[in-house]
Amino acid sequence: MVKTTGSERSQTISEKILSSHSGKAAKAGDIVVADLDYLIGQDDTSGIAIDSFKKLGAKKVFDPSKIAIIVDHSSPSPNEGVSAIHKKIREFHKETGIKLYDIGCGICHQITPEQGHVVPGDLVIGADSHTCTYGAINVFSTGIGSTDLAAGWASGKLWFKVPETMRVNYNGDLPKGVFSKDLILKLIGDITADGATYLALEIYGQAISDMSVDARFTISNMAIECGAKAGLMEADKKVLDWVKAHSKKKPNPISADQDAKYAKIVNIDISKLEPQIAKPHTVDNVVPISKLGDVPVQQGLIGTCTNGRLEDFRIAAKILKGKKVKDGVRLILAPASKQILLDMIKEGIYQSLLEAGAVAVTPGCGPCVGTHNGVPSDGENVISTANRNFKGRMGNTKAFIYLGSPATVAASMIEGKIADPRKYL
Amino acid sequence: MQGKVWKFGDNIDTDLIIPARYLNTSDPSELAEHCMEDADPNWVSKKEKGDFIVAGENFGCGSSREHAPIALKAAGVSAIIAKSFARIFYRNAINIGLPIMESEEAANEIKEGDKIEVDLAKGEIKNVSSKMIYYAQPFPPFMQKLIKAGGLINYIKKSKRR
Repeated sequence: MVKTTGSERSQTISEKILSSHSGKAAKAGDIVVADLDYLIGQDDTSGIAIDSFKKLGAKKVFDPSKIAIIVDHSSPSPNEGVSAIHKKIREFHKETGIKLYDIGCGICHQITPEQGHVVPGDLVIGADSHTCTYGAINVFSTGIGSTDLAAGWASGKLWFKVPETMRVNYNGDLPKGVFSKDLILKLIGDITADGATYLALEIYGQAISDMSVDARFTISNMAIECGAKAGLMEADKKVLDWVKAHSKKKPNPISADQDAKYAKIVNIDISKLEPQIAKPHTVDNVVPISKLGDVPVQQGLIGTCTNGRLEDFRIAAKILKGKKVKDGVRLILAPASKQILLDMIKEGIYQSLLEAGAVAVTPGCGPCVGTHNGVPSDGENVISTANRNFKGRMGNTKAFIYLGSPATVAASMIEGKIADPRKYL
Repeated sequence: MQGKVWKFGDNIDTDLIIPARYLNTSDPSELAEHCMEDADPNWVSKKEKGDFIVAGENFGCGSSREHAPIALKAAGVSAIIAKSFARIFYRNAINIGLPIMESEEAANEIKEGDKIEVDLAKGEIKNVSSKMIYYAQPFPPFMQKLIKAGGLINYIKKSKRR
């Protein structure tokens, strides 16, 4: 049994990270004030955060090298209201010296780990609900609102209620044509949209160890879709190698103690798992693809902070290369960062996908969050690799959004209906 | 505070409360004009200042956008009573001073159009129409301090002055 420094009891990953950042042995249920390693905001939420920061009377941020704002939600600006918010963000960057990733750099949840800002053992907040993404590299990262972000900018600290933890064990090997997206959809379908509210997840399994770091981000990204505060994984060699390639910061990998206390343990046998689909209009409305029935689609989206990474596009290109997106169907690509887009070009993936009939938009959130770049029409069905299928999410309450893996979306583009990707792999 | 009840179901997400297409402003009154639009397009013209929202489980799930509680507050909603709240919404509501109360019983039994009276300090929800009284889950002491101060910004300002 491994004991952590400063603690008298067996701890979960969340308890350990919140202990080391608050200077006290924290246990689930405690409220601690903790030091933050990195803070991010995006263009939907940072405008209000800047207003709150000014209301606080704060003159300086606590440490500009630990703060970034990423302009990704409406990028480039689709209207004058958003332009005014972008301008406010650019001015704040000049006033305070914080890092700014302006239009086209990519989505905050790719940029933040890719640019090396966060490493294992860190405590991170972001004014975006999918900040839980970095749990895949052993970071306790969680979404908060604009006012919390402003308080963090001013003080470098924030209060946290130390969460209890749900342990998720994926048992068995990942079947062919089934991906990390299917694993997380299966979990959310099983435990429902509020199954882990106020809890942190710790996610384990041979399949997790076997998959790439890119694929793991997809799972942690969607932890919020079952209400979880964080979606934590261990930092194995793959993670440490990935982090070393992206960051100069020193990682501090954190594992749970063997006798850590879990609020709940969920075991999922994945050895016979099929591709999973979340049907409109909630993410927990999940069915295996064989039970879906015939669903024609008019639009596909591959990208977003969930599935807009290089590996995702490689899988899509493998299926679509030399084939055509069916007539009457639109395929939109939204890479998660400029670096990914450059890598896609270098590998020839971009060309294969464009030749198959896809169109690409600026690396960013637009089509997923419904601000611009692909709003569906009334009555249309969309198959998307995003994390949410809420009514109106893509900008039209009369459209229907289905969620699946990049392979599922690519296969569906060929057939013009939601299709099982296994026959194409 | 006293007002009329509007009922909503489970999983009322932040896109229903305020869709992303309206996040091109942070002016509370402009946000209020589109509040709950995708759940009920006519709600904004029907509701009156001081009304309550009573909803099911996981109210405010989805995005971290603080525009959601800001829009509800600016729309004149006195308080939200729900079976449960999503974590980020819960925190944001407290931070900006929108009263929220968790009570499964109240959420189950109170009907649309009922008149209710709420005492936040006591956590008491009185249904004037049916004469029933419910008690909400109490907040932890730290959050009570935040609520009493009128949100996080005021709390920090007050603690600085001390």
